[in-house]
Amino acid sequence: MMANSGTLALAAWLLPALSFLVLAVVYPLRRLGRPAAWFSIVCAAGAFASAVLAWRGVGGSEDQVRLLWPWLPSAGKSIADVGVAVDATSSIMLCLVSLVALLVQFYSVGYLHDEPAGALGRYYAYQSLFAFSMMGLALAPNLLQLFMCWELVGLCSYLLIGYWYQRESAARAAVKAFWITKAGDVGLLVGIVMLWQLTGTFDLAELRSLAGTNAIPAAGLSIVTFCIYLGAMGKSAQFPFHVWLPDAMEGPTPVSALIHAATMVTAGVYLLVRTAWLFALTPDVLLVVAWIGAFTALLAAVLACVQDDIKRVLAYSTVSQLGYMMTAIGAGVATAGFLHLLTHGLFKALLFLGAGSVIHAVGSNDLPNMGGLARRMPQTATVFIVGTLSLAGIPFFGGYLSKEEILGAVWGAHLTGPFVLLMLVAGLTTFYMFRVVFLAFFGTPSPVARVTHAHAAHAPAGHAHDVGRVLSDPPAGATSARAAHAALHNEAVVEGAHVNETPRAHEPPVTMLLPLWVLALMTMTVGVMSTLKLGGFAAEPVEEGAPGWLTPAAVGVALAGILLAWATYQARAINPATLAGAFGPIRAAALRKFWIDDVFEGIYGVVLLGFSRIVGWVDRYLVDGVLNVLSDWTLQAGDELRGIQTGKPQDYVYGVGAGVLVLILLMRLVF
Amino acid sequence: MGLQPYLLLSATVFCIGLFGVMTRRNTIGILLGIELMMNAVNINLVAFARYTAVASGMVFTVFTICITVTEAALGLAIVILLFRVRRTVMADHLDLLKG
Repeated sequence: MMANSGTLALAAWLLPALSFLVLAVVYPLRRLGRPAAWFSIVCAAGAFASAVLAWRGVGGSEDQVRLLWPWLPSAGKSIADVGVAVDATSSIMLCLVSLVALLVQFYSVGYLHDEPAGALGRYYAYQSLFAFSMMGLALAPNLLQLFMCWELVGLCSYLLIGYWYQRESAARAAVKAFWITKAGDVGLLVGIVMLWQLTGTFDLAELRSLAGTNAIPAAGLSIVTFCIYLGAMGKSAQFPFHVWLPDAMEGPTPVSALIHAATMVTAGVYLLVRTAWLFALTPDVLLVVAWIGAFTALLAAVLACVQDDIKRVLAYSTVSQLGYMMTAIGAGVATAGFLHLLTHGLFKALLFLGAGSVIHAVGSNDLPNMGGLARRMPQTATVFIVGTLSLAGIPFFGGYLSKEEILGAVWGAHLTGPFVLLMLVAGLTTFYMFRVVFLAFFGTPSPVARVTHAHAAHAPAGHAHDVGRVLSDPPAGATSARAAHAALHNEAVVEGAHVNETPRAHEPPVTMLLPLWVLALMTMTVGVMSTLKLGGFAAEPVEEGAPGWLTPAAVGVALAGILLAWATYQARAINPATLAGAFGPIRAAALRKFWIDDVFEGIYGVVLLGFSRIVGWVDRYLVDGVLNVLSDWTLQAGDELRGIQTGKPQDYVYGVGAGVLVLILLMRLVF
Repeated sequence: MGLQPYLLLSATVFCIGLFGVMTRRNTIGILLGIELMMNAVNINLVAFARYTAVASGMVFTVFTICITVTEAALGLAIVILLFRVRRTVMADHLDLLKG
């Protein structure tokens, strides 16, 4: 059974690769679009089934099943292997990745229903490549394979953010994500190579046994772990590298759910979980991890409160939750971080897919354009609220146990500062999430939403999502565009009462609803089982350092957040403007994203462009100058010498004769 | 008779030919000069063949004559074509290759 797990995991890993290769090579199939999608989905389903079987095979045992082939052979043994290493951690990660990949691919059939067939084929090819790379990352037996897959998922993220590459903002966001994660990846590569220098191996199991026997030299190890952490910072959007993730929302919503919420961005956390024993040797770096994690969580939560774009709220929420996981790892309890990674993967995918279904129906990302959707889309509203409660950490919902564990771990590690920050974040999280819920699903329907959707529905070739994007992109442009729309469809706004009767915003097709319900039920199951300590959760170790008041306090903070959001956006007891005014400067700063993007732009504009200007000057005037002078000389010499060539045959005969004479003279006189 | 008179004759003919090639403005004159130089070579070949009693020099001469004939024919054809295009066969006017 154990050995079987290796084969099954290998099958799970290679099935998406097969799908990608087929879609990439067989051009006619890719061009067909929908059949290509179903092919990819069938492969993903197979991968999920194998992954679950592999996970069941491993059970809870600590052993690792390894299936390796030598990759870089050298004298003696190979420098690096390629293959799969299946243990409890990697197999459950494999299950999460394949499950979310499968559901997202299934969901995309409905979400991208009016995409051109060729583009749809391309989309599914990327999706398969992503699933393959992410599973390879999860199963990596050594750091080298992990790094390769790490880069591949970054590439897929780039390709899928830029899926609508005709749109300039999407192309820019893709490049931004690529560059910023790449900056971290350089750190990761340096860290891996330095670790190899210290120990002479890439293999994670060997490294772990070395770490267990204290055979890794402690000198310089802090730099190594910090470099590895840099890679994780870039991928998992830790401050100050978090700026790419909100922009990554330019991609299609299912992509955001899969890559930028559930799996790829958690790769950094996963890396730190896989190398937790290494980080345990460097407590100073762990402290940095914890503080940056907690700070990121707070920063992102504050930013999420002022966003009007539903996807951006979720994106900042993802950054915030990643900060949570990182703090847990920094506190030295990687298992708590990993548990939160898994539950977060489920409920954040659910939230994103729910948001996608809302965007699909309304045709806009903007919260002011929504409202009262619960009546039109009761199923979407239900699953979205389930996801929100899970994120809030309410008992019997998915995120409850993992959040408590993290808070307990951080308290137990005597990190009071990060603990306070995380408690604050817990309140903010529920506040901004319920702000979304109340604004989007309750309250009065926005007239703009109806107009927008009506407009999208009436334009035969009109792309509902594109229309929404146009409205939501630049804040100034949005208001004017909205006004223009309102003016164009004046009648529709005036006879709003009638429009209210006709259900324009409607439930999505079953391909989109099914994944939502699957995720919601799984989130609920995990929540109920973890709250009641049923099944596998019975074995979950109770956090030693967690005091008894922790659970009531955390839940109380969460409920306070809900109450505040309800009072502000539902009961209207507090005027939102008054609330915003109370946080005047912070709100103003948050609207400018705390100037972090501006700092990056400044660094780019002054340092990088200044440096490239100097390099450009040297190239243009020094390097090119020397070559230009040489070529000018050559040209001039040619001009001078061309007079010799008269073109008259007899002159050449004279030349030949003179040459012969000179030769004869030379032979006579010299030799 | 020894070898020397033949060689002298050959050298004389060659020099006359070379002089013609160098000084003639008319392309046909240049061709004639080339023919003379070829014949000087032939005289040399025959003289040495006779002197060393090796027949290969004679055989070689037969080839040379053939080649000379074809060369003259080709040369004249070129001259005629040149005349058609340029309306002149004066060598100092034909300086298309001037640098």
